[in-house]
Amino acid sequence: MSNEIKVRTILKEHGRLAREVEGLAPDTDLYQAGMTSHASVNVMLALEGEFDIEFPDHMLKRSVFESIASITSAVDELTATAQ
Amino acid sequence: MSATDYDAQKFHEGLVKHGLIVPVGVQGIFGRSGVFEDVLERFNALVTDLARDDGAEYFVFPPTIDRKVLEKSDYMDSFPNLAGTVFSFKGKELTARQLSEAIHAGESWEKYESMTDVVLNPAACYPVYPSFSGTVPKEGRLVTMFNWVFRNEPSPEPTRMQSFRVREFVRCGTPDQVVEWRDMWLKRGMTLLESLGLPVQAEVASDPFFGKGGKMLAVSQREQQLKFEVLVPVISRENPTAVCSFNYHQEHFGEAFAIRTEDGKIANTACLGFGLERLVMALFQTHGFDPGAWPSAVRAKLWP
Repeated sequence: MSNEIKVRTILKEHGRLAREVEGLAPDTDLYQAGMTSHASVNVMLALEGEFDIEFPDHMLKRSVFESIASITSAVDELTATAQ
Repeated sequence: MSATDYDAQKFHEGLVKHGLIVPVGVQGIFGRSGVFEDVLERFNALVTDLARDDGAEYFVFPPTIDRKVLEKSDYMDSFPNLAGTVFSFKGKELTARQLSEAIHAGESWEKYESMTDVVLNPAACYPVYPSFSGTVPKEGRLVTMFNWVFRNEPSPEPTRMQSFRVREFVRCGTPDQVVEWRDMWLKRGMTLLESLGLPVQAEVASDPFFGKGGKMLAVSQREQQLKFEVLVPVISRENPTAVCSFNYHQEHFGEAFAIRTEDGKIANTACLGFGLERLVMALFQTHGFDPGAWPSAVRAKLWP
């Protein structure tokens, strides 16, 4: 759960979303909510910094960054392997 | 019969030996001969003929553009390593003397220069977008251009140039207008190149975005099938060279330059460009270094 809160904070800072992050459901499509491809790169780099993780190439795709749930699940996976 | 083996160095040597290109000492920059230019102009004329009834407005822009266009379009977010920014000297005479002394002493002199308001044009479609700002007519906009492009990627490989020309088309309008136009040209472009005896294939492609974030942008571009390339073997059979490229930018430039369609929505844009030097090289490699000896069907198309 704490990962999701941090993900929301990063989205708020870097996602350039057209809507308030607080009001987004975990499965809301972030691209539909206004996140551009460039913004999603900033989100990815900020997540790497915040969680001290590295996204492998196979995770650098739209489906991984399309919702708060999908991002959180990727972060959960990467932080678990990092430990 | 191909001019040389499908090998970058052999093909480069062949072009030089036949006087078609003139090396100038910097990789990716070279002179073009009259024969080379004749083929280039003939091909460009064929494209003009093909699009004659499309009603495209024709423009030529210089190789330098307003730096703000680069800044507004996120170019530096995507390709900072490829950009060419123009610097010049703005100091007083005493500093000019120091600049001169540094140069003659073989020392670095970049600290004496500062950024100007212009950059080298990084992509053939960029100069036109500021002129689209506002609301485009119901039928959208269609523009064609003949522009020089700069990419900071020196390479000994002849098809990878730092400076080259592109015959460009840009469509602006609703998503349907833009995609329909792009699909029409994809077929048309393939047919044109096939009629010149070139073994073409079309593929979904991605731009060479910078860094790890760039990998993500490239995957996203491929997933959405936003870029197509038409490829012909020139220096390698396994990795054919892109001679024509189609980019669907969706709302990217519409947003950056406040371009709207009649219904008030942000306009979509797409562009296609024929890499003219690469096309000429593809013709030389495919048919030989002497255009006089090219197959008669190909000659009849280019020199009707």
